[in-house]
Amino acid sequence: MSVTVRIPTPLRNLTDGAETVEGSGATVGEVIADICASHQGLRDRLYDDGGAIRRFVNVFLNNEDIRFEQGPDTAVKDGDELSIIPAIAGG
Amino acid sequence: MTETQPLFKGLKCRECDKAFPAEVLYVCDACFGPLEVDYRYDAIADRISRETILSRAANMWRYRELLPVAGPVTVGEDVGYTPLVKAERLARALGIREVYVKNDTVNYPSLSFKDRVVSVALTRARELGFDTVGCASTGNLANSVAANAAHAGMTAYVMIPSDLELGKVLGSFVFGAHVIGVDGTYDNVNRLCSEVAGQHGWGIVNVNLRPYYAEGSKTMGFEIAEQLGWKLPDAVVTPMAGGSLICKIDKAFREFVKLGLVDDHPARIYGAQAAGCSPIVNMVKEEADWVRPIRDPKTIVKSLAIGDPADAPYAAATMRQTGGWGENPTDEETVAGIRLLAECEGIFAETAGGVTVAATRRLVESGKLDPDGTVVLCITGHGLKTKEAVADEFRTLSAIRPTLADFNAYLETLNKEQVACP
Repeated sequence: MSVTVRIPTPLRNLTDGAETVEGSGATVGEVIADICASHQGLRDRLYDDGGAIRRFVNVFLNNEDIRFEQGPDTAVKDGDELSIIPAIAGG
Repeated sequence: MTETQPLFKGLKCRECDKAFPAEVLYVCDACFGPLEVDYRYDAIADRISRETILSRAANMWRYRELLPVAGPVTVGEDVGYTPLVKAERLARALGIREVYVKNDTVNYPSLSFKDRVVSVALTRARELGFDTVGCASTGNLANSVAANAAHAGMTAYVMIPSDLELGKVLGSFVFGAHVIGVDGTYDNVNRLCSEVAGQHGWGIVNVNLRPYYAEGSKTMGFEIAEQLGWKLPDAVVTPMAGGSLICKIDKAFREFVKLGLVDDHPARIYGAQAAGCSPIVNMVKEEADWVRPIRDPKTIVKSLAIGDPADAPYAAATMRQTGGWGENPTDEETVAGIRLLAECEGIFAETAGGVTVAATRRLVESGKLDPDGTVVLCITGHGLKTKEAVADEFRTLSAIRPTLADFNAYLETLNKEQVACP
């Protein structure tokens, strides 16, 4: 599956300034792992030392927070859009 | 240290301590943690004292050394220093020895505590070169950004859920702001706003200016301590939406202690949310380490209806570490809380104030809050903004003819013994 991933401003120095990158995989977790493999430095930013997505990183699949779905195991399909959003905003 | 050198060094990640310059940054690029202002407390200690504070005008900028602006105050010079009301009748009704109401329903100019954060954010926004500002809001923040931007001659884009109370919608439109209603929850609005901030180069007060903005809430804590006679209270009860205010009140107390402005005293910090959206209170009650977001908040307390609060872990930690607790009263209790505060003290609070009063009642009843102490209730917004919440509580106003006979006949129908508050 090919999925478009929106990159937040603080990470665009790792994507040559690109706002979106393409990733592939069957689940949200696989797509993120795929873009981490193709962009050096991204893994350290998105995952903590235990290998879990950092607690201040929110991931949305087609505008739906993946915490309301199956988290990183949520299935994706061709043409889906993932957004990585810093959690710390608002209020 | 020269007079012109800022009393803050820059920003620092709250999670990993990585240092950043005092620019338009809010997220740590190493770990995504929130950035906070990093002050030069040694230099501040040389510059601030009770005497210097007392010599200044009665507004929140009397504590300016502890606020993250480099130059003169250019937006919101008259904000803050709201009354701390000794609430004897409310204290009796709640069964508490001594209650004070920190009355931000009359904060200037937009009648909520948000004027505190916005005056800091917009003053800093100008220092950083912005002429266009914005926010994601449940209403009060939008009103404050719109009003303060109007006075400052800045352009404002405020984004709100489209189903807010009429008073809060009009209270943004009237100032000439661009009001963008979004079909969705606050969390949907907030996410959109985060993406807008990255794209348009605007100063979004609670997104890319958040480290500066959030510091403004400390002034509510500074004022409480000063107005109590340079003392910390035994307990504070404060409403929680994103969870920032509760953290900053505690931070304000700690800073005053650190600078020798008050004696150290264990002030327990309690948080209040509505039953229909209480992710932070749930964390405290369930002893959870991480927040379980609420997808569809269902409450009349729209100003607190944030399902995924940014500061949830820090707010929960504040309650735990100070020996406080959280409560989440129902909408019915909230309406009763609004009426109790109004009838006892003549203060008309919005729904968030009703939640705070109702939560205090629950905390006393459950034994979590010591009724023998001095308790401060933070009442953060005016009731005229959320009239819908109490509109059905009262009979429809009927009319009598303008005659003395009609008046006396009408008086006979009233229960003159009716006293709402003991």
